[in-house]
Amino acid sequence: MEKKPILSLKNVSKTFPVGKSLLGKPTKFVHAVNNVSFDVYEGETFSIVGESGCGKSTTGRLINHLMSPDSGEIWFQGKEISKISQDEMRPLRKDMQMIFQDPAGSLNPRMKVAELIEEPLLIHTDLDEAGRMKIVNELLGIVGLSAKHAQRYPHEFSGGQKQRVGIARALTVNPKLVIADEPISALDVSIQAQVLNLLNRLQQEYKLTYVFISHDLSVVEMISDRIAVMYLGFVVETAPKELLYKTPMHPYTEALLSAVPIPDPTLHKERIILEGDIPSTINLPKGCPFAARCKKCKPVCLEERPVTHEVEPGHFVACHLYD
Amino acid sequence: MPQEVLLEVKDLRTEFFSSKTSSVTAVANVSFNINKGEILGLVGESGCGKSVTSLSIMQLLKDTPGKITNGQIILDGVDLVTASAEDVRKIRGGKMSMIFQEPMSALNPSMRIDKQMIETICLHSDKTKEQALAHAAEMLKKVGIPDPPRVLKNYPHQLSGGMSQRVMIAMAMSNDPKLLIADEPTTALDVTIQAQILDLMKKIQKEEQSSILLITHDLGVVAEMCSRVIVMYAGKIVEEAPVEILFGNPSHPYTQGLIASVPKLGSGVKVLPSIPGSVPDLAAMPEGCRFAPRCKYATDKCRTENPELFEIGENHRCRCWLMQDK
Ligand SMILES: Nc1ncnc2c1ncn2[C@@H]1O[C@H](COP(=O)(O)OP(=O)(O)OP(=O)(O)O)[C@@H](O)[C@H]1O
Ligand SMILES: Nc1ncnc2c1ncn2[C@@H]1O[C@H](COP(=O)(O)OP(=O)(O)OP(=O)(O)O)[C@@H](O)[C@H]1O
Ligand code: SF4
Ligand code: SF4
Ligand SMILES: [Mg+2]
Ligand SMILES: [Mg+2]
Repeated sequence: MEKKPILSLKNVSKTFPVGKSLLGKPTKFVHAVNNVSFDVYEGETFSIVGESGCGKSTTGRLINHLMSPDSGEIWFQGKEISKISQDEMRPLRKDMQMIFQDPAGSLNPRMKVAELIEEPLLIHTDLDEAGRMKIVNELLGIVGLSAKHAQRYPHEFSGGQKQRVGIARALTVNPKLVIADEPISALDVSIQAQVLNLLNRLQQEYKLTYVFISHDLSVVEMISDRIAVMYLGFVVETAPKELLYKTPMHPYTEALLSAVPIPDPTLHKERIILEGDIPSTINLPKGCPFAARCKKCKPVCLEERPVTHEVEPGHFVACHLYD
Repeated sequence: MPQEVLLEVKDLRTEFFSSKTSSVTAVANVSFNINKGEILGLVGESGCGKSVTSLSIMQLLKDTPGKITNGQIILDGVDLVTASAEDVRKIRGGKMSMIFQEPMSALNPSMRIDKQMIETICLHSDKTKEQALAHAAEMLKKVGIPDPPRVLKNYPHQLSGGMSQRVMIAMAMSNDPKLLIADEPTTALDVTIQAQILDLMKKIQKEEQSSILLITHDLGVVAEMCSRVIVMYAGKIVEEAPVEILFGNPSHPYTQGLIASVPKLGSGVKVLPSIPGSVPDLAAMPEGCRFAPRCKYATDKCRTENPELFEIGENHRCRCWLMQDK
């Protein structure tokens, strides 16, 4: 059976102006997302990993139409959405919801939990109050909160409970695609497992598609079907999970995987220690974005941007080693 | 080889006062030793008292409503709790120093790096300014900064997160401390930069034979760095063990849950065991065992009587009634 992409990004780029000249014109640009392309298939978990500032959240916000790309196309359920108006986007919003990294900051502190979960229903449906409350109570149960929690305010909840409210809110309108931007990073280890398990169960019950954004490679391995690795705003490698973890191809992916500390004191692994810092996104390197830290760097790497090749079925890499 | 004790924390209790009479206890009955040349890990969930423990050791609670209300902190024979402010000032940054989680908050934003480093070095040695500057450059080189003369002339905001973290480590190490307290030294950093910094800390510990108290919530970091580990829960130590035992045979139900709920690369699991519930509020601590509301083994005794930290093996202590007769 041919798999159907629910979401496709085609050569998407986004810059942000920084610094102003005397005439008020921006003088510099942060190149947050550069020429990013990938497909996300129905029912899968597609993860985006990479280090701080590599453009993961910006990619998530572009998909969710919280901002528009400078160039490129974003297709969602067969419709190009990158340039449509907020009015045209509104009916699609129902199918695409976002869970945010910071459970506290994304919930209005003056609204009760019941009102927070009800809000999307008010916007997207014409259910009466009884109908809305029925769904709210159902969802509270699904995410493991009780009806007595419904009348409380966010500050009365722990981090894990707040994140559950955020998840319930994202699910009220039966979305097809959920973008989860670091949904567990702000939580304690013991609570992370609760939320991950919940996301996993909901995906199976509601056939959800996830775009899961994270910098934690152990978590990503657990929940993903396919993974894109970003560096400096570029997608440098995309592969099904098994291939990425077993046979990483891009030198950055190799280093990233080898840097993950393993919670097992009996294992002593050889680690690739990278030299130097992540370069600035303002002046992008001319050639390969990873060249300054890459031990396998060749002269061509400093001159030419590597293009993405499909090195084996489903395994895409942008590196001159595979030209 | 007999272990020589460097730091002894005895029955430490630290409280935060909201008024003269009302307080919450952030750290209670905490006792442990750090041996010379060892890296001791301190783990536990957010708010369990890790940072308050380290600020108590460093005598840095002055600017907070916090106060040590019981116990001793003995470094090389000197009790820091009763030592004069002047004596503590000489020890801090010299014999004992600290790496903070947020490098930016520990560096003075309006002072160039060279000035800050020279000040610290001169306070604890009789080096001249020139000698101190040369020493500062040497330290920066040691922590892997490629161009020390340039970085020395920078202000903190001109450095990246990884760079300023390295500058802080260089500064903390500049007087050959016997004890280095590292409070989440890599939490704000990316994994590839974290690997650089941990590598460096290990090297320095080996070369200088210093002791490190490493505070983190990342069990992977603990497994790679530490020889012994202390687990705190809600202001108390609940388990203390050599690292292999803590990961291979954890005894406290909380430690067991914590270790089981960490995803491991290559494990292939889809669902993680998790600990239900959440950490209790400081102002509303349960009676008896503080973990009882989340513990699947809890009995009536657990809910009313506070378990002690039982000795259950060599260098292995555990605060749980199940372990009483082990
Ligand atoms: N609104 C904005 N204005 C200016 N720069 C921005 C803006 N949003 C993001 N950036 C910059 O774009 C780059 C990518 O940021 P983004 O938030 O997408 O990274 P990220 O991968 O999500 O990082 P993290 O893991 O830290 O969340 C960064 O350099 C960031 O500083
Ligand atoms: N200045 C302060 N005033 C009042 N209470 C405080 C203060 N500093 C810490 N506390 C309280 O003491 C308890 C322990 O805090 P501490 O900072 O030691 O936690 P931690 O284990 O370091 O957590 P984290 O992993 O989040 O850094 C917390 O409940 C905290 O709210
Ligand atoms: S293109 Fe060159 S510099 Fe870039 S990752 Fe590949 S080998 Fe390294
Ligand atoms: S003392 Fe009781 S409640 Fe506490 S951890 Fe042990 S079994 Fe659980
Ligand atoms: Mg982000
Ligand atoms: Mg802390």
